[in-house]
Amino acid sequence: MKGGRGMAKGSQDFKTGVTAALADAALQKALQNVKRGFVVKREAAKAKLPEFDTLREEARAIKDHTLSHLDLYLEAYERKVTESGGEVHYAPGAAEARAIVLKLCKEAGAKLVTKGKSMVSEEIGLNTPLQAAKIEVVETDLGEYIVQLRGERPSHIIAPVIHLTKEAIEADFRRAHQRLPRERRLDQAQYLMAEARTLLREKFLAADVGITGANLLIAETGSSVIVTNEGNGDLTSTLPRMHIVIASIEKIVPTLEDATTILRLLARSATGQEITTYTTFATGPRRDGDADGPAAYHVVLLDNGRSEMLGNEFADMLRCIRCGACLNHCPVYGAIGGHAYGSIYPGPMGAVLTPQLVGIDHARDLPNASSFCGRCEEVCPMDIPLPDMMRAWRERDFARGNPPLSERLLLRLWAYAAKRPGLYHALASTVALYMARRAGARGRLSRLPLLKAWMKARDLPAPQGKTFHKLYARGQRGKRR
Amino acid sequence: MSPADDARATVFARIRAALGVASLDRARRAAVARRLERHPRGTIPARAKQSREACVTLLTEMLSAQGADLRRVHTPKEAVGAIASYLGTCNLPPRLRMGKDPMLATLPWREAWDIERSFGPAGPGDRASLSRAVVAAAETGTLFLVSGIDNPTTLNFLPEAHTVLIAASDIVGSYEEAWDRLRAIYGQGSLPRTVNLISGPSRTADIEQTIVRGAHGPRRLHVLILG
Repeated sequence: MKGGRGMAKGSQDFKTGVTAALADAALQKALQNVKRGFVVKREAAKAKLPEFDTLREEARAIKDHTLSHLDLYLEAYERKVTESGGEVHYAPGAAEARAIVLKLCKEAGAKLVTKGKSMVSEEIGLNTPLQAAKIEVVETDLGEYIVQLRGERPSHIIAPVIHLTKEAIEADFRRAHQRLPRERRLDQAQYLMAEARTLLREKFLAADVGITGANLLIAETGSSVIVTNEGNGDLTSTLPRMHIVIASIEKIVPTLEDATTILRLLARSATGQEITTYTTFATGPRRDGDADGPAAYHVVLLDNGRSEMLGNEFADMLRCIRCGACLNHCPVYGAIGGHAYGSIYPGPMGAVLTPQLVGIDHARDLPNASSFCGRCEEVCPMDIPLPDMMRAWRERDFARGNPPLSERLLLRLWAYAAKRPGLYHALASTVALYMARRAGARGRLSRLPLLKAWMKARDLPAPQGKTFHKLYARGQRGKRR
Repeated sequence: MSPADDARATVFARIRAALGVASLDRARRAAVARRLERHPRGTIPARAKQSREACVTLLTEMLSAQGADLRRVHTPKEAVGAIASYLGTCNLPPRLRMGKDPMLATLPWREAWDIERSFGPAGPGDRASLSRAVVAAAETGTLFLVSGIDNPTTLNFLPEAHTVLIAASDIVGSYEEAWDRLRAIYGQGSLPRTVNLISGPSRTADIEQTIVRGAHGPRRLHVLILG
């Protein structure tokens, strides 16, 4: 796997990535599955729960309350984890988090580490230092396993291989599992899953340490919660001698009831299930008299920019529960997939979070890759104003002088005119007239000076000769009569 | 201070600075203590607020829709018979791995003399297991299983067929009621090492959004409602 995974690619890379994604026929075919699956299923699940919108308001209030008391809930949580025999470690940044996990794995004498799916682990690039220390690291979620075989990153926060067709995965399995008979069938998802199940069983049973993420942390009980369908997270957290949970600080909620309200929204928003097959609450290591479970339990709490967000205009983003609904409903994500973003977190939530993680100078294209259609905010179960926050990043980007000179000049010209209504109306009338003339009887424009590149894939309907202001003024006069 | 203390202090200092609060603000501490103590409920879906019988029906419907095999049995004897015939239907040898759950221990196992039972956590060779759910929430068809010597957690995940027995009187409507049951057993603010909420057989839809049952956990989930 590649190192330095926290970094987004530069601007040129983003544009190249988009162009490549749009031209990639297999990717375009695979992306159709997002709409057929997630979007339709979420709609159906929401329709079956009349209380959905009420729960959404309550969930928002729970998170807002928790975040405004975050220090105290973390203290309460830590106390409970310690009471139950576990240990909490704080990591101000990604490097500290990696160092803590590596140290724990070494202390446990780990040769083999199994992992449940964790975006925080992706965020901090956890696998690389473990592998450098000669520890075998195996991703066990089917999607993550495939991504690991390919040396890629997940392209979606809950469906890591949504960018792949089953034919591509078959090819990966044939390449990676050469000991198996060549004539075996792998042309259906079920055969691919069965093969992964058999191979990963050995890993689950031999693992020394299991690392999972957490969808929620509960202050009342000191529990970490994982939400899964495959059962790999549970084999990871139950079989090895040590269970390490890695989670960011904003995952905390006060009580089991609060967790319940959020769980009622999570699966429905993510996969359109009423609830995932497995929702697991882990609290400390195995108890006296327990027949199984890990002997040691550690939680690594990652800050990595979250505490800064608490106090800035991106605080609402900390309510995010990583359901992926904003990705699934985003026309930009739907067109280019997750990899083109070049960041760990793609789509609208990624466009807001990534600049915080890597700096706006390194991620300025992400908040700009949006048409502001507003679907993301509409479907967000935590009511996060994603478009507003993307706009806030654009403002910061502009203030730092990042946009190219031509863009900045045009914006300044526009601002100059917009502040002078007489000039603005005169200019608008002239341009409208020019465009109407130029379009002629066809009523459409396929080329305009200064906008050559933008018009390459678009036609513009021509103005009807009068500006909106003039039509509006006329309407008002009509009303008065 | 050790590096770990330093890291902890750094994170807390950053949070308090961002929030603009002091650590010893009494009103904030009281608000947090009150919420943890009272654990107020949110909105409970109307579907979870029904009679016991309606909840049994809802649980059955939800679990079936999620791919589980269900059967209502009225006597312990019937339960044992159902377990034996299920193993047969699945073409599995008559061997069961289970814990020391008292309710399961008192089932009339002589009625299924050919079933070979063994006790303890599951290993790689165990193909069928039996557990008891401590409570179940009808609203999403969800069984609550708790770790311990009575029902080891590995039984829920390693074998390919998992049978779960739930007493009809342990079926409630909502998660909130289920949490209160657990609080009554383990005390407020405490949970056993693992609480597994299970709502169907293991599955994945990672490949092209095609649902495949039997991912890493059991391929089959067999639920017996007793009573």
